[in-house]
Amino acid sequence: MSIDATKKALFNFAIKHADDRLILGHRLAEWCSTAPILEEDIAMSNIALDLLGQSVLFLKYAAELENSNRTEDDLAYLRTEKEFRNALLCEQNTDDFAYAIARQFFFDVYDYYLMEALAKSTDEQIRGIAEKSVKEAKYHLRHSSEWMLRLGDGTEESHKRIAEAVEFLWMYTGELFETDGDDDLLKSEGIIPDLSGLKAKWYESVSQLLAKATLDVPSIYLFMQSGGRKGYHTENMGHILSDMQYLRRLYPDAKW
Amino acid sequence: MRNGNTMNVAAITKDEILEILQEVKDPEIPAVSVIEMGMVREVIVSDNQVKIVITPTYSGCPAMGWIHNEIKKVLELEGISNLIIETRLSPAWTTDWMSEETKLKLKESGIAPPQNKTNDFDGSDLFNIIKVPAAIICPFCDSDDTKMISEFGSTACKSLHYCNSCLQGFDHFKCH
Repeated sequence: MSIDATKKALFNFAIKHADDRLILGHRLAEWCSTAPILEEDIAMSNIALDLLGQSVLFLKYAAELENSNRTEDDLAYLRTEKEFRNALLCEQNTDDFAYAIARQFFFDVYDYYLMEALAKSTDEQIRGIAEKSVKEAKYHLRHSSEWMLRLGDGTEESHKRIAEAVEFLWMYTGELFETDGDDDLLKSEGIIPDLSGLKAKWYESVSQLLAKATLDVPSIYLFMQSGGRKGYHTENMGHILSDMQYLRRLYPDAKW
Repeated sequence: MRNGNTMNVAAITKDEILEILQEVKDPEIPAVSVIEMGMVREVIVSDNQVKIVITPTYSGCPAMGWIHNEIKKVLELEGISNLIIETRLSPAWTTDWMSEETKLKLKESGIAPPQNKTNDFDGSDLFNIIKVPAAIICPFCDSDDTKMISEFGSTACKSLHYCNSCLQGFDHFKCH
């Protein structure tokens, strides 16, 4: 395979993992000042910051691979909705804290195993980002798991709400494990490890924790939504981008 | 300016550069420099150029851009204008790169230094991955009767704890 094809696959790979983190980080940051307690405001903003930082690393690498004039900021602020490749889970709206926690828990389990696997990549940049991110993913996961247990095995009301959140968000989890031609190419060239075992690991861990939180474990064979990885997003995405990109588009050369 | 000559890079040694960089402090932890943090991985002085390789600490650390500019600023003051700062991501920065002396400085400024190693992977068992880390020793009274308030504190690199012995809240520099 030509170097160009490999570079293009790496670019797409970096973009989709950057977008997951950018969009979920944006969603999490919305909780700053509205979480149930002050420590939780700080926790959610901290996790948002970690994810944003990881996203910047991926986007910088994507910009470098593309070798055009685009910077990481251009990639974040000047792409249109259809050019974003984040999984639909990351963009889901969560007015209810239980939904924010369930969304985060599903992502954190995936993120931990993904980064653990990518820390063995033969690509220095991908490996470096993953070696760093896996350490952060670990305390993110500890945070969301503890909340899952506290809400699931908590009061009647907290149990009801987290159960609803799990049931609603479940259909967005399948997409996290979809692989595409770029993944296949990078795997065949030995650049990224085989990621086909992620889903089983994820389901096993999620099932164990849901059971401990006294919550029902949905079937892995239920219908799953798909589209984000191809640029087809839910209604949420337009609202997120208009909020996130507004300032940069209004004042294109603004500096501070 | 060391030599009064902005172009004469060759006159400066690697050790001198390391010494100059001691002036660049982490803005969130002014007690320690970027050298003591272990962020500066390599300094290469060639005929007409200085190259500095740095490894970022935490992905979301907002101080990285500031540190970058500060390194540039202090070296320019010494007449080094032909400077390349390269960011190296792998191997990822770890708190193991901090010396015992640096850890003591953190403690003296009221921040519990990183105490547990987290470099070893924990396998795939979820309950093993999420098990609560050992209690952090209080930087004020050295008691181990402390509890974690939150894994997320005032900055990306710190967690928040409380000492049951001296009844003080304190920050812990997260292990990475």
